[in-house]
Amino acid sequence: MKVILGIVFLAVLLTCSVAFAQTDAMTPADSTAADTLSPPAPPTDVKAVDTPNDHGHSITVTWKLSTDDGGGAKSVSHYEIFRSASPTGPFDSVGTAVAGQTIFVNGGDKEKQSEDYFPDDSNFYYRVDAVTMNDSVRSSSEIAGPAHAYGQWYNTGRTPVLVAVLLFMILTIYFVSRARKGQELYVRPLGGIEAVDDAIGRATEMGRPILYVLGLGTAADVATIAAFTVLGRVAKRVAEYQTDIIVPTYDPIVMTVAQEVVQSAYLDAGRPDTYKEDSVFFVTQSQFAYVAAVNGIMLRELPATNVYMGKFYAESLLLAETGAVAGSIQISGTDEIAQIPFFIVACDYTLIGEELYAASAYLGREPVLLGSLKAQDWGKALVIILAIAGIVAANFGWTWFTHLFKVAN
Amino acid sequence: MAMKRQIPFALVFIFGIFMLFQYFVPHESSEWVYEFLLDWIYIIGILALALGIWSLFRVSVDKIKTKKPNWVYSYVTLMGLFIMTVFGFTAKTGDSWGLYPVFVITFMLALFMLIQVLAKPASRNLYGLFGGAFLLAAVLIAILDRTWGFYFMEAKGLQNSMFRIFFDDVMMPILSTMFALLAFFIASAAYRAFRARNLLASLLLIAALIVMLRFNPYLPYAAYVAKVSNWLMNVPNLAGQRAIVIGIGLGIVATALKVILGIERGYMGKG
Amino acid sequence: MDIFEKMMKLDRRWIFLFLIIVCVVTYAIPFKVPILVEPEVRSIYNFIDSLPPGDIILVAIDYDPNNLAELHPMTYALVEHAWRKKLRVIFTALSQNGPGMAEQAILDISDSLKQDRTFNGVHFKGREIKNGIDYTFLGYKPYYALVILGMGQNFRLPFPTDYYGTPLDSIPMMRGVLNYDQVAGVIDLSGGSITDAWISYGQGRFNFPLALGLTGVMTAQYYPYLGSGQVFGIMGGLLGAAEYEELADNPGRAKDGMRIQLYAHMVIILFIIMGNVGYFAERRRQKREEKGR
Repeated sequence: MKVILGIVFLAVLLTCSVAFAQTDAMTPADSTAADTLSPPAPPTDVKAVDTPNDHGHSITVTWKLSTDDGGGAKSVSHYEIFRSASPTGPFDSVGTAVAGQTIFVNGGDKEKQSEDYFPDDSNFYYRVDAVTMNDSVRSSSEIAGPAHAYGQWYNTGRTPVLVAVLLFMILTIYFVSRARKGQELYVRPLGGIEAVDDAIGRATEMGRPILYVLGLGTAADVATIAAFTVLGRVAKRVAEYQTDIIVPTYDPIVMTVAQEVVQSAYLDAGRPDTYKEDSVFFVTQSQFAYVAAVNGIMLRELPATNVYMGKFYAESLLLAETGAVAGSIQISGTDEIAQIPFFIVACDYTLIGEELYAASAYLGREPVLLGSLKAQDWGKALVIILAIAGIVAANFGWTWFTHLFKVAN
Repeated sequence: MAMKRQIPFALVFIFGIFMLFQYFVPHESSEWVYEFLLDWIYIIGILALALGIWSLFRVSVDKIKTKKPNWVYSYVTLMGLFIMTVFGFTAKTGDSWGLYPVFVITFMLALFMLIQVLAKPASRNLYGLFGGAFLLAAVLIAILDRTWGFYFMEAKGLQNSMFRIFFDDVMMPILSTMFALLAFFIASAAYRAFRARNLLASLLLIAALIVMLRFNPYLPYAAYVAKVSNWLMNVPNLAGQRAIVIGIGLGIVATALKVILGIERGYMGKG
Repeated sequence: MDIFEKMMKLDRRWIFLFLIIVCVVTYAIPFKVPILVEPEVRSIYNFIDSLPPGDIILVAIDYDPNNLAELHPMTYALVEHAWRKKLRVIFTALSQNGPGMAEQAILDISDSLKQDRTFNGVHFKGREIKNGIDYTFLGYKPYYALVILGMGQNFRLPFPTDYYGTPLDSIPMMRGVLNYDQVAGVIDLSGGSITDAWISYGQGRFNFPLALGLTGVMTAQYYPYLGSGQVFGIMGGLLGAAEYEELADNPGRAKDGMRIQLYAHMVIILFIIMGNVGYFAERRRQKREEKGR
């Protein structure tokens, strides 16, 4: 019985393999049509140059399309690019470009150990083949080269940014020097800043501490830097009135900077001995764990004033609502646009966006800082003028205007 | 004294100007310095984390010592901190855990004794003795027990089942819960704040209602309301946000310039 | 006028109670809710749909377990769509508490790929998703801005190994994949801050197609980038995820969630109206009293 089954199985196996072999035999018929293709016209005007505005290790090859690119029996399906270290070869393929493309960037790694390493400052020669559907039917262009890759020292694509930065620098330095010479500068009043002093006074009267939340940013965020400046002023007042300040921090670097700020504020106020080192402490770097901790502090210590300055994310409403429940006066400032509505709804005073950056100028009224505010305002005026000019240019189809501002990579 | 202020300013100026120029210089050597600096930022960050943890430790011990409200939870904070660290660095080498639970318990007891030493200086010697004994036991178990080990160079500890349980089954649900609280807070904040007190408040109220009813299919003319709310989001809202964003962008450039040039000194303490 | 004063000064706990009852009831009773699809979600769907098999996309699962509810449905719908189209995916998890959750999601989605499914009339056979061939999970490194910048030079700079410790050079999928140039597009799913870095440091410097998946609150803020072309699509919150599920014909948690969100919104509106009614009645009463004097 087993023997019979075995023979039947073998028979089935043999029939199947013969059937497959027959299907394989069908395909060669197709390729005979392709053998009659004659080679297409080669691509012309092949140029190889160092890729501009990069760190080197890359050469760009351009060419003019083969005249057989596009429909017809001689249709070119793609181009293949070859490279060699000498004009006589041997040439290795480095990539392909689809039909219709006239540019190919041959780049590589800058690390010598990497298998994709592309050396700088060594000459390479390039050849572009126009290839048809049948890989062996192709025609080669002339050899282009020598070309060698090297890094540029200046990225010309980023010139508009350089111009803008230099312009802004000049504006800032101009207004700052004008301010230093004693010129009076008007800045409009900001409710939130003016409320800070009253809020600290309120806290002193009630005998309750002030809670200052620096937000969830790192010390590199501009909002946090602005918040440090406000913290310095608040801490100085707090030292003078002998109230307590609580500063829970989210980032350890922010904690070290904040400790430094508060300590020097106490020194400035002439009360270095009343500074408590544990008033500025690290909590955790987890967003909602941090807000849980701060909410706990709010409900236990019942601060009279909560100041939220810096970068806040989804937890902003949790903080502000809990503070409202605890009955504190709340002053907030952030540049996170999504959180501003929450702060406006739940806090008594809110500084929106750049009003937070301006806070340092307001609190100290230092002419130098006020001068930089003026420069910012002039910068904004310039942007408005350019935007209007852009609308006009777009309407007249003057694309050269928008191209002036294009930043390439 | 002068050095204390001059050196940081000089450093900020040099590195600030360098990073500014680096953006415009694609050459390899500038790239090399840039990558080198990026590595150093990581290193400084990790060192600062050590300072942060030290601060947390000190504040918690102080809470226990002075018996501030809810001081018991400071024990939980510290235990949680150190036990997760231990879990994260250990993993089993074979199939069984051996004396690992005993190690964890003795380590926790040693830690508890250490906190008591700092928090209750009166009975310092007793706690110190017990703490030393537990720590010795823990170290002995760690050295002698071969069924599990410390892995500092690889991430094996992150696959540790205890670590996973605490993270996936304790921490993640808690974090999600905190986020879910937002829904309720939005409801109560909206109820309190969206009153048509004056023209601006009324406009805010109407806009909020339209956007909330945005994709409500039960409303008559649902598609029309959706169109209006889309217009609200994409035109006036976008215009206002773009204006604020441009202002913020300029503010960032100005503040960065002020920091680099040493005009803005708030971040260093005015001292 | 006592009732009106009560309406104006309701104890917030009544609001919480009513809201929770409505949420539980709508969750427990399943019923369908129609979904309108917006163009900004459709562009992401079309982008993934039009990529040829074998192309690589980068899906940045940059959110925390906090934002799980809104962003997980998006991740599931998107990645399942990409894998059904036989695309290869590089995953990152640049949020601190995210990697564990991201890994879980990846394994979960690869399990669901094992079954045969039909989406939009097209039948897809189940297949096994293999680490290293169909996807690479790079994992987490701190200071996400630096990581995004580093990946623009070479993925191996911030991530010499993947999440499991395998060197990138020995992963079959990552051979020849240096940086964003070899990636067809990046879809960033995050709860906020990391998105800014992807836009300014990633797309701004390296110019790759970028789409965003965000929590509901953050979405409005990123529409400017859609307008300026820096971002080609945005999926906003649970609604965005539900729209993607609708397009991909892959109903999941988002569509369930939309049901609850709809009724929760109606509850909030009810309370706002109540508060306003109470407020206006109070004002009228005060005016009448003043006139009476």
